[in-house]
Amino acid sequence: MGTTSSPTTVEDALKALSNGARVINGGTDVMVPVNEGRDWVDSWLNLRNVESLRVIEQSHDGIRIGAGVTFAKIETSLVHLAPALARAASTVGSRQIRNVATIGGNVATASPAGDSILPLLTYDAEVELVSLRGTRSVPLTQFLVGPKRTSREPDELLSAITIRDFQGAQHFAKVGTRNAMVISICSICARLDRERGIARVAAGSVAPTPLLIHSAEEALLRQNAAAEFSRLVVEASSPISDHRASAEYRRHALGVLAERVHRLLWQETQ
Amino acid sequence: MSSVRLRLDGSPVELEAASSTSLLRALRDAGHTKAQGACEQGECGSCLVRIDGVVQNSCLVPATICEDANVETVASLLNQDLADAFARHGAVQCGFCTPGFVVAAEAALASAESLTYDTVRERLAGNICRCTGYHGIIEAVLEVSQRRREANQ
Repeated sequence: MGTTSSPTTVEDALKALSNGARVINGGTDVMVPVNEGRDWVDSWLNLRNVESLRVIEQSHDGIRIGAGVTFAKIETSLVHLAPALARAASTVGSRQIRNVATIGGNVATASPAGDSILPLLTYDAEVELVSLRGTRSVPLTQFLVGPKRTSREPDELLSAITIRDFQGAQHFAKVGTRNAMVISICSICARLDRERGIARVAAGSVAPTPLLIHSAEEALLRQNAAAEFSRLVVEASSPISDHRASAEYRRHALGVLAERVHRLLWQETQ
Repeated sequence: MSSVRLRLDGSPVELEAASSTSLLRALRDAGHTKAQGACEQGECGSCLVRIDGVVQNSCLVPATICEDANVETVASLLNQDLADAFARHGAVQCGFCTPGFVVAAEAALASAESLTYDTVRERLAGNICRCTGYHGIIEAVLEVSQRRREANQ
């Protein structure tokens, strides 16, 4: 017998989770295979009414983004603080998708193409996981373990994403076949904080998980190294050929995007 | 199956739905056909409704999470000025996508944004029309936007 619980607190949500219910918030990912008959859900744990998950909190320690915060909210409220994340949020789906789709859903789904994951990787984000056993924080790089696989335990709920280091010039770009509703063919996000000598670059849809590419950081810190940066980013990728694009095209497009963001970031910080 | 009670365009309705049934399916199976079903992947926007004030694809919402929700379709969201503008600009041909476009367009018109050709395109980018080529739809929305602004001055 199917059941749906719609708790209003995290504590009640965790109790429902222990009964094996499937978590849903926006539903924009989870409902697609259900509609196609490839998935069947007996019990839903609906998080739409848990207000504490829908809050962005800013403190001296950084920004804590509740897992239930929608992309519509992120694209408007984080434009100045975390522009690459706001930009990535604005490219997700369409207006009606962003009205309900959440950052927690995007991260927990752990798609290699997850748009918001790239800027979060360049911010060294941490994922907050809560269970009846307690709360733990995991670096996003350790949370993502494979395509659509994470280190979340079955009794844990992704409750928030925390970012502390999000300063500097930053750019997000992706390639797809249509402006709206695109699952990226490849994507990139880079951040350059020249004052503090920090560079980060992450790429999507070119490896089993979104990839933080440390080997290219040093080249991003040098002005006349766009070509070298592009080569290093492409070398770190391991794309596959699928119905969206060939591996060869993905490598080519990634190289073009990498060279472009390097140039833009240096132009901006002159 | 469980039964879901909600308000649909102002009237109480009761739907039968399994856990995996979308709101769109549950509505249509009960004979409420104002929201259209096409892709059922969130790509086409033909099933657009407003649930508790938030415009969303009804195909991506399980019906059972809509208990007590206030669901509004084109039937309660369409204003006459937009209907007239759609007719004038040839924004409707076969009409299948129209209910979804109307819900998206009324949301765009109700927002504080001042609309331009490009912002209307962006606001309607989650809706697919296979007949009109979009131009008439965009022109209709822009005209209504202009007229409503003038009427408010």
